[in-house]
Amino acid sequence: MSFSREQVDKVALLSRLELTDEEKDRISQQLGSILDYIEQLGELDTEGVEPLAHCLPIQNVFREDVVEESLSIDEALGNAPKRRDEFFAVPPPIEK
Amino acid sequence: MSKPYKILIGLEVHAQLQTNTKLFSGMPTTFGMRPNSQTSPLCIGMPGTLPVMNKRAFELAMKAGLAFDCTLSRFTKWDRKQYYYPDLPKGYQISQYDLPFAEGGAVDITIEEGTKRVRLIRVHLEEDAGKNTHSDKKGGDSLVDLNRAGVPLIEIVSEPDMETPEEAKAYLETVRTLLRDLEVSDCEMQEGSLRCDANVNLHITKPDGTIAKTPIVEIKNMNSIRAVERALYYEADRQYELWQQDGKVMGEAPKQTRGWDDARGVTIPQREKEEASDYRYFPEPDLVPIVIDDAWIERIKAEMGETSGDRIERYKSEYGLSDYNADVLVTKGRAVSDYFEELLAQKVEPKAAANWTINDVLSHAVGRVKTIDDLNPAPKELAELIGMVKGKKLNLNDAREKVLPAMVESGKSAPEISKELGLEVVLDTGAIDAVCDEVINDPKMAKSVDDFKGGKEKAFGALMGQVMRRSQGKFPPDMVTKTLREKLTS
Amino acid sequence: MTLIQESATRLVDQLRAGDVSAEAVTRAFCDRIEAVDDKVKAFLHYDRDAALDQARAIDKKRQSGASVGRLAGLPIAVKDILCAKGMPTTCASKMLETFVPPYDAHVIGRLREEDAVFLGRVNMDEFAMGSSTENSAVASTRNPWNTDCVPGGSSGGSAAAVAACEAPISLGTDTGGSIRQPASYCGIVGLKPTYGRVSRYGLIAFASSLDQIGPMARTVDDAALLLECIAGHDRHDATSANEPVPEYTKEITAPIKGLKVGIVPDHFGEGLDPEVESAVRASLDVLKDQGAELVEIDLPHKKYGIAAYYLVATAEASSNLARYDGVHYGFRAENFDGLIDMYCKTRGQGFGDEVKRRIMLGTFALSAGYRDAYYIKALQVRRLIKNDFDAAFATVDVICAPTAPTPAFKIGEKTDDPLSMYLSDIYTVSTNLAGICGLNVPCGFSKAGLPIGLQIQSPPFGETVAMRVGRAYQQATDWHTKTPSL
Repeated sequence: MSFSREQVDKVALLSRLELTDEEKDRISQQLGSILDYIEQLGELDTEGVEPLAHCLPIQNVFREDVVEESLSIDEALGNAPKRRDEFFAVPPPIEK
Repeated sequence: MSKPYKILIGLEVHAQLQTNTKLFSGMPTTFGMRPNSQTSPLCIGMPGTLPVMNKRAFELAMKAGLAFDCTLSRFTKWDRKQYYYPDLPKGYQISQYDLPFAEGGAVDITIEEGTKRVRLIRVHLEEDAGKNTHSDKKGGDSLVDLNRAGVPLIEIVSEPDMETPEEAKAYLETVRTLLRDLEVSDCEMQEGSLRCDANVNLHITKPDGTIAKTPIVEIKNMNSIRAVERALYYEADRQYELWQQDGKVMGEAPKQTRGWDDARGVTIPQREKEEASDYRYFPEPDLVPIVIDDAWIERIKAEMGETSGDRIERYKSEYGLSDYNADVLVTKGRAVSDYFEELLAQKVEPKAAANWTINDVLSHAVGRVKTIDDLNPAPKELAELIGMVKGKKLNLNDAREKVLPAMVESGKSAPEISKELGLEVVLDTGAIDAVCDEVINDPKMAKSVDDFKGGKEKAFGALMGQVMRRSQGKFPPDMVTKTLREKLTS
Repeated sequence: MTLIQESATRLVDQLRAGDVSAEAVTRAFCDRIEAVDDKVKAFLHYDRDAALDQARAIDKKRQSGASVGRLAGLPIAVKDILCAKGMPTTCASKMLETFVPPYDAHVIGRLREEDAVFLGRVNMDEFAMGSSTENSAVASTRNPWNTDCVPGGSSGGSAAAVAACEAPISLGTDTGGSIRQPASYCGIVGLKPTYGRVSRYGLIAFASSLDQIGPMARTVDDAALLLECIAGHDRHDATSANEPVPEYTKEITAPIKGLKVGIVPDHFGEGLDPEVESAVRASLDVLKDQGAELVEIDLPHKKYGIAAYYLVATAEASSNLARYDGVHYGFRAENFDGLIDMYCKTRGQGFGDEVKRRIMLGTFALSAGYRDAYYIKALQVRRLIKNDFDAAFATVDVICAPTAPTPAFKIGEKTDDPLSMYLSDIYTVSTNLAGICGLNVPCGFSKAGLPIGLQIQSPPFGETVAMRVGRAYQQATDWHTKTPSL
């Protein structure tokens, strides 16, 4: 299966990844060959097989509704690339 | 004027669960705290953090599901809904996709014509996002506060069963009451603990009798029940006008999202979130599934006590109340039915207690009725008033229109007020006799007396009116009737 | 034998007996790091003073008569993927270059409670994505046995540090072989515990349903010691199992006579290096000599493991790595035009090639129109693979196989061909897909002097039996006593 440049562009935007043209060419070719390899799964008849997302047969794990200590505001914002007062600062979501 | 279309309204209601802590971390959920003061590494989406489910949040959700008569799923799980937004620190929201914890169910609403059933599609649990405040300045930074990130929500999705904005309003009020009564959510729309999006379209009957269905529009940003009502009215008119212009029907235009602008009273198109259509849902690998068994459901039911439906039935069967009265007493909230039951405890007869509560006490209530104390006068005081009417010490009309408002206003008791206003009914039979004689012997009334004696029943009213007028309304009408009839026929 | 060549078990005994101080042990390893790490490049962050301060504090604590932890004074190297409060935790990525977690991973907390000494943070493939440690944004770690070769990956720094005697013991993480394959390439012991055995809290996620933390050491006894300290239930990880932790160090000493060892004939087919094949076959004879019974079994869906793995792992990774967007922590690009551009530039510049490739593959596998054909299909195949193991473990106690198809390859040999790199995980990925336990023990050397590893797989929570077999093998052989000359 080939992985076209259009697909690369679409998936890159969905993944929020800016790629150079050279990266796009390379990824298109590499993902194409990886997907070719993956095609072998098509040989298997999996009709009716329940997908397995969790290996561990455990369920109903809860915690009690008890308040724990919060981080201080400075700890919360300590790693922020940009902060304003007590907030994380980001460029506005709606562009002009 | 009847419109040539039917409105179809489906609502998606988000209600914040009344927990101490967030859905997946032990951070408090208190409203109005300093920005970013209620966060853990998990709330900030820090690498390596893991969610652990709040048991109380899940059980409150179960209560809501049971109250809405949903089928609780025996097996339910969590999924990630993925999109990029600064108030969503992990880059995904933990929600429920294909196996919500509750499906089906219905909400019965009370409308003028009686009771109407609004069916539910599903109820699921999810975490809230944080809050992104946009700068007024052009090009200025947006500010992100993650206090709200991870707060537990249930999303209640209805079928498009509502046909008028009033029905949508009644639905929201009923949902709110149910959730408040069970202490599942405090449902404060102002604080965002109850939010509502609406899906609206029209079925327009064309002159040839066929139906045109307009494209579905989702309306967001409605911050009060009143706003929901107004937005729906506006949107129905807008869609009808647009259809008259372009004739476009469902399928010919994409589903649109519009925001309600409360100040301008209009809905305006919202910019779509980029690739909103590809959330790439997949099972949340950091959380394990939940299996619900009968014993658990029974335990939750026991905690819930009597359900609203059960209570309505009891009011009808035990007290002989009408469907309408029973519905209103229950769906207006636990405080209202508590008030009603308190009147019964004060030996007020059930039908009178229901009528007084619905027609009088509720109309005097100001603001949100949270507890029985928000209703005035106190049940004991009202019982005294009702007792005076029953004991013929006070006219029903005076009691409702003069004494009760004054009691609510001043906080004084019924006897005090009726004394002050001079409304006490005189029970002096001698006085009644005297006035009746006076009227019968009054030459001006002779014709009426003769007419009555001649068999004209109608003439009695004029005589009766004269007696009441001369007594300034203080005689109990039934005693006047009795005395006057005896004198005229003897 | 010098201090740095001692096993962790022996060092702990000597420390407890007071024969040696924590400071002396720590100093010996610090000296070694300073002597050889320029060549090995295992350490990303190393702080001699901080390590010696810790060691002295532990010595003091012990001298005061206070009770000390089981690892008191034992130095350890930690993969740079486990969050430690106040220490840089970078995942060998530009994206987290400046990140300092405000909290401890569960295992880090456990090590603090046991009074271990943190030597430093060791190198890895960026976000644990890779099989050679060449995907580190900082440097390529070298194989101590031949510095032209890779140490394997992604826990290449953890493996190389132990092999080069820069640390007696280390922590790695394994999502598709990332503990076992570098352990094999570097000639040490590495254990991937059962999914849920060790809390993942504070482990920076690559693929949440596959990731596990595990010990890397020179002997199985050392691995058992470390596992005993880090295993067990943690209320901060909903996927951590509430299973009792056996006394591994005691229980693994039982003989293996009568144990049934499963062998899959297909494992010895095409693609397996002949030197690896003969070393592994020879090791099976050693087990047989000790009374184990070799039983041929079949794992019919094993060949689909790599394909299923690279879909499941990348799908989860694409989601787990969405959080690195330049908003709340970590790297943010400069010069952007609006929010979406900020996201794209930050992620485009902050991630390396392999990470970007996997995010792309995983996003694609979950995207509308492809989800069923790729992601869901892979989960169905995962079920078939797990069923194969369940059936096999109904008849055998453990399954033995090569850990990797070849000894360590040359640096740069596979960087342009991701698929051939992925295929070096062919024997390890299905362990993670099935959530079972897998152990590597060194079982020989190639003619070129590169180590070869034997993989021992056991059923869920069967760490004890895997380590029993591994320990019995080490009792009968001396591969693990050899150290590279650097």
